[in-house]
Amino acid sequence: MEYLSIVFSETYKILFLLVPVLVSVAMIVWLDRRIWAFVQKRQGPNVVGPFGLLQSLADALKYIFKEVIIPSSSNKIIFILAPIVTMTLALISWAVIPFSATHVIADINVGILYLFAVSSLGVYGIIMGGWASNSKYPFLGSIRSAAQMVSYEVSIGVIIINVLLCVGSLNLNDIVQAQEKIWFVIPLFPMFVVFFISALAETNRPPFDLPEAEAELVAGYQTEYSGMMYAMFWLGEYANILLMCAMGAILFLGGWLSPIEIYPFSLIPGAIWLIFKILFLFILFALVKAIVPRYRYDQLMRLGWKIFLPLSLIWVVLTASYLFYFNLLPIN
Amino acid sequence: MLAHSIFFYIFSSIAIISAIMVTVSKNTVHSVFFLILDFISISCLFIMIGAEFIGMIMLIVYVGAVAVLFLFVVMMLNVAQQKNQWFSSSESSKHVPTGLIISVIIFFELIIVISGWKYKPDLIPAMSLNINNDITNTHSIGYVLYTDYIHIFQLSGMILLVAMIGAIVLTFRQRSGVKKQSYFSQISRERQDSIEMVDVESNKGVKFDD
Repeated sequence: MEYLSIVFSETYKILFLLVPVLVSVAMIVWLDRRIWAFVQKRQGPNVVGPFGLLQSLADALKYIFKEVIIPSSSNKIIFILAPIVTMTLALISWAVIPFSATHVIADINVGILYLFAVSSLGVYGIIMGGWASNSKYPFLGSIRSAAQMVSYEVSIGVIIINVLLCVGSLNLNDIVQAQEKIWFVIPLFPMFVVFFISALAETNRPPFDLPEAEAELVAGYQTEYSGMMYAMFWLGEYANILLMCAMGAILFLGGWLSPIEIYPFSLIPGAIWLIFKILFLFILFALVKAIVPRYRYDQLMRLGWKIFLPLSLIWVVLTASYLFYFNLLPIN
Repeated sequence: MLAHSIFFYIFSSIAIISAIMVTVSKNTVHSVFFLILDFISISCLFIMIGAEFIGMIMLIVYVGAVAVLFLFVVMMLNVAQQKNQWFSSSESSKHVPTGLIISVIIFFELIIVISGWKYKPDLIPAMSLNINNDITNTHSIGYVLYTDYIHIFQLSGMILLVAMIGAIVLTFRQRSGVKKQSYFSQISRERQDSIEMVDVESNKGVKFDD
């Protein structure tokens, strides 16, 4: 009976988080297309519902009623597993995101490592999908994405070390609370820029969307997918983008802290601030998609290994030396 | 405690079964996927005994990086056909004795290690170890790794670096006649040194000196 009540209360909490996340993923797809359109002086999706808000819902309905085609020469089990893996990994990371000091499903000691581990697992969905399709374009796309995601993870890891040096804890709530005096975006601004660009590459967003470059690879690893399985890849991708925005908000923009601690602002709950910061970062993502042309693959690799990795390593040395010299290292 | 033991048995049986499947499965890519499953379940076991840092690092390093490279190599080289040849064709008899000898040696080594560990009389019981509950195990690993074992830690890092450089040197070959882009000269190009406005007189043409 005791276990049962624990299971019920946890399920309730998880549903209370996952349903808003899924709804906001659908909304964010609409927002993405809308911003993309406005930058290019188009209207974007504006027919279904007010301002086209229900466009994603209509798309999802269309996908549900489409037939799921599994290629006969594919490896069926892995082919079906791939979108499930992508979607699951995109959703389980939300367990550790703190929406306020108390509103977090799992307040674990190594929260940031968990986020990093899960986002580094994300590459498997793409590799599995590309390999199991047993077709040239998906395979090329998946190999590209594997190399790309592994390369940019390295620089994201080093950037996380930068932040951790200033915090002295791997707990996400501690990271947020350490930014009470000053958000890390100010002292670590170059790292914020590098993190933002690496996050674009990590989530296969333009200008780094080479795994699905439609001019060369049809649709990359998703070429053979149809119906609901394609939609799951799609939703997983956008959930990952939201997650990366949340990670950026927590690491650099002070998470659920309000920007100024004076009377009318301090009334607004932390979750609202976090949502605003995630939205701000997402709008930047969408603008980048609209503005910047696609990179060539060798330029992408060069940027990751020859510029971002040395830059972030140098910044680790600088941060550590500064903290050590001025005796600011967080020792507990 | 009941849920804890249920989860322990679930994860450990997944670990053992997938470890067997790594060696048994015919398709090499499937073997790598089972290896990944094995890594994940073992890191779950680490997290269950409270070593959350090691569990997460295991996920990041082995599953997130090493296994991706394995998968990469296996997919690119098409090892699956080779492996099938080894097992099903008449060539297989060459490999079986060597494999048997190695496996027997490893088996006896394991027996020695496990029995030595089990019957060692002066082994310190785990309960009597001085464990400080105030600090997280990330901190405690850091305290040990960067104080008592700093030289060994740095040395292992150096060995890995040397191995990496060695691999790069072995595979590096200088190709002649390859045109490379110079990013600096591309970015630092100005309008003046790339475009020139010329008034062309009729029937005269323009003379370039390049």
